[in-house]
Amino acid sequence: MRRRVFALIAAGLSFAAMAAERPVAGVTPVAMELPIPQSMPLRMQRPIPPAALKQGSAFTSEANRALQADEFANPGMLWVTRGEKLWNEPAGSAGKSCAACHGDAAQSMKGAATRYPRIDPGAARLVNLSERINLCRERNQAAAPYQPESDELLGLSAFVTYQSRGLPMNVTIDPQNARDFERGRDRFYRRMGQMNLACAQCHDRNWDRTLLFEKISQGHPTGFPIYRQEWQTMGSLQRRLRACYSGLRAQMPEYGARELVELELFLAWRANGLPIEAPAVRR
Amino acid sequence: MVARIQVPKEAKRGELIAVRIAIQHPMETGFRFDHSGKPIPKNVVNTLTCSYGGVEIFRAEMGSGISANPYLQFYTRATASGELVFEWVDDAGERGSERVAITVTG
Repeated sequence: MRRRVFALIAAGLSFAAMAAERPVAGVTPVAMELPIPQSMPLRMQRPIPPAALKQGSAFTSEANRALQADEFANPGMLWVTRGEKLWNEPAGSAGKSCAACHGDAAQSMKGAATRYPRIDPGAARLVNLSERINLCRERNQAAAPYQPESDELLGLSAFVTYQSRGLPMNVTIDPQNARDFERGRDRFYRRMGQMNLACAQCHDRNWDRTLLFEKISQGHPTGFPIYRQEWQTMGSLQRRLRACYSGLRAQMPEYGARELVELELFLAWRANGLPIEAPAVRR
Repeated sequence: MVARIQVPKEAKRGELIAVRIAIQHPMETGFRFDHSGKPIPKNVVNTLTCSYGGVEIFRAEMGSGISANPYLQFYTRATASGELVFEWVDDAGERGSERVAITVTG
């Protein structure tokens, strides 16, 4: 029985390999090669040139774009509203609200989301916006950090990100975060999972082509946190990345794993110049 | 429960106004199971009412076929300045309410 299962798997794998190599009449072969530039100036060349950057919403349906653009009907705005309430509420044993230090978010948080993930000097590591919010809770409000994917954390990060709506992504790669960035890039171009695919194969090479019923997007993080119809709720970029890992049948990293934050940094740099459209709506 | 409500601040008497409401709620259908195989109990916002100047003008009874975070829109005629009071309750017995004032001129 066991041997038969192995034989079946082996047969399945060799068939998959054949299917990948043999060209089918009338179908353009999908680009499979993944050259990673080795020299430094080439390595800092953007995989998708700035002029060709397209928002994630550009690959969704017209109805979906209309829902996203409607500031009231956009379900993500419910989380922005929740975040706004939390912003003004005192929390933790310090009894301070976010507003007590940061004041009006429309001014103090404008553009903040465009610069994340970034190195937090206190923690001496790369953090994304949600982690930064939790660090702020621990340090200044003496409150317990929010759980990943909790409505509170998604609400606050949606509210803070919303203050940067329309502003272009603007992360800088410097000697401090260069190692994280390289690891993120390495992950993006490395094949993984049973599907043996790298992020780049879909999102660098084959964007705008159809996969099942969907157009493959360029994979930019500018809409996050997003409201996804499939989830029937809001979700972070890490949740979406984990869904991609699952699609590749690769082992999913835990929430907050360094691997995910490094990948987030690479994606943010890859989208530099593209305006933030959070809270975005996806199918 | 977080809710967002949109009602024009001012309207002319007799004018038709759009009232929009969105409620953050998981609208659990009762048909799903958790990771250990236990059924997740049904929990939806089953009733939503809106009264204008003390008179009920809109009522919605919702079931498991309504998506999460329900968003409703209806129209009413602006008759007098006053308050629109929204009240809703879910299967777990959690209640929510919001009040919005409207000024009617002319």
